[in-house]
Amino acid sequence: MIDSQTLLPVSSSKGLEALKPQERKDLLMVNLGPSHPATHGTLRALCALDGETIVAAVTEIGYLHRGFEKDCEAHTFQQCIPYTDRLNYVSAIMNNVGFCKAVERMLAIQVPERAIYIRVITAELNRIIDHLVCAGANLVDIGALTNFWYTFNVREKVYNILEKLCGARLTSSYTRIGGLTRDVYPEFGDEVKAVLKEIRASVKDVQKLIAPNRIFLDRTKGVCIISKERAISYGWTGPTLRACGVEYDLRKAEPYYNYSDFQFDIPVGTVGDVYDRIFIRFYEIEESIHIIEQALGKMPKGPIMTDDKRVALPPKQQTYGNIEGLMNHFKIIMHGICPAPGEVYDFTEAANGELGFYIVADGSKNPYRVKCRPPCFMNFAAFGEMIEGSMIADAVASLGSINIIAGELDR
Amino acid sequence: MDGQTLMEKISAKFPGAVKGSVDRFGQLEIQLNADQVPAVVKFLRDDAETAFDMLIDLVALDYSAFPNHGEGRFGVVYLLKSLKLGHRAQLKTFVDEGDPTVPTISDLYANANWLEREAYDQVGVKFSGHPNLKRILNHHEFVGHPLRKDYPITRRQALSANASLMDEMDVRLEEKGWI
Repeated sequence: MIDSQTLLPVSSSKGLEALKPQERKDLLMVNLGPSHPATHGTLRALCALDGETIVAAVTEIGYLHRGFEKDCEAHTFQQCIPYTDRLNYVSAIMNNVGFCKAVERMLAIQVPERAIYIRVITAELNRIIDHLVCAGANLVDIGALTNFWYTFNVREKVYNILEKLCGARLTSSYTRIGGLTRDVYPEFGDEVKAVLKEIRASVKDVQKLIAPNRIFLDRTKGVCIISKERAISYGWTGPTLRACGVEYDLRKAEPYYNYSDFQFDIPVGTVGDVYDRIFIRFYEIEESIHIIEQALGKMPKGPIMTDDKRVALPPKQQTYGNIEGLMNHFKIIMHGICPAPGEVYDFTEAANGELGFYIVADGSKNPYRVKCRPPCFMNFAAFGEMIEGSMIADAVASLGSINIIAGELDR
Repeated sequence: MDGQTLMEKISAKFPGAVKGSVDRFGQLEIQLNADQVPAVVKFLRDDAETAFDMLIDLVALDYSAFPNHGEGRFGVVYLLKSLKLGHRAQLKTFVDEGDPTVPTISDLYANANWLEREAYDQVGVKFSGHPNLKRILNHHEFVGHPLRKDYPITRRQALSANASLMDEMDVRLEEKGWI
């Protein structure tokens, strides 16, 4: 017969309390990734677990490293643009714009007004789909599968527009140094407006599904908080930094293109937890919609490519009609675009934060060196520290919320 | 604060640290002595007038094939940003091929740890005092530094062994008081 003494709960047996956590050596090492459905790419975090709590974590990257920067050195400036598509492939046009803007700064090229408007509109569309992917996938990771369909349905509709515009869904290569590949098609504005309406509706639907949802709130509120100071020290920019309560957006802080002409707000979070990082993206989608609507209304007519002979191919009439045009065409095709020797760092506010390109030119048609500053790199550098002290499931929720795109992280 | 004022400020505080400056499309590049980089960066971070609280990027460059390049094969560029005051700074230091070493700033900015590892991995610039200067984007068995100009783009290496990561984990556990 069992006496009551042997059935005492473990906690009162003093067995576990005898040792302080620091004295226990029974930590379990578990690899989260590199091949794991919740890592959205090949990322690896080695976690030391005490029960289900991560007490220490270190990360490893580089699984998708393909030498983007070395490839750029072996190609002409114009040929680098398709490589930039593959950085953050969820919002490729923003990378195209960032790279071209840096090279244009080196060449002191003024991009035509219409091209700037189209760049802004397509970049903001990309920001919207990037945020939709991030929020949708993040919600899947924490078990809210339904939202995925709401976000990805409208994303697909944006891709239909982009496909019509540049022939590809993800790898758009839409910009050229000095302008754009081609002008928008006639019904572009109407289609964008219709899609924006649908995006608004679906973002509302998702918010209605999750905002009052107890499970969602428990899984995200107060989870994996990063302080303002640490985020700045880690070089966080973009929505993840703003979620910590720092009102910093390059579109306002150092306005480029015509962002200063548009009315829009910068949403900021309060705590810097997963909840803030998800919701800030919904608010930013609303602001991007607002920018696109204003830009569509103001979009001027005119050329979409500069007429600067250093970068723009002459009209075909001239190539076939006179020797100057022919020579000009030949020079650009055979000799490429050759900025004078120099170095430039230029940046744009991409969907994940400050996307910078440090470009060195030596006077030849290939860049001497291209260094990309991917916003993800800084975000993921903090990941180990961020998940320490939380549960494995929280680490998964947190990873989705900082939107790591391996193509950009590993280059 | 514009680049010129910033340079004068650095020169006043650290005589001899500034070796020159170049205008880079509106941003003044201030060239520094490699040895004094950490002290200057720390000063720029902590001083209320400069307050560079963010390290935007760290770029390592190999100038060995650059036309008419002077002394120092490698360059390291520090891009700083002050969120509080809104200005930026661009610092650069050159190091020679024989001993391409720059003192680390990984104790000043949290992301400098990874950025310096990347610079070491890709270009082979070493950062003295770095807690764990190992490769980051390339495989740990990789030989050479791919962004050096003498590394051919077509060279391939077959690498397979896993990295245990326990070198980093042990340090982390020790910091946390587990071992």
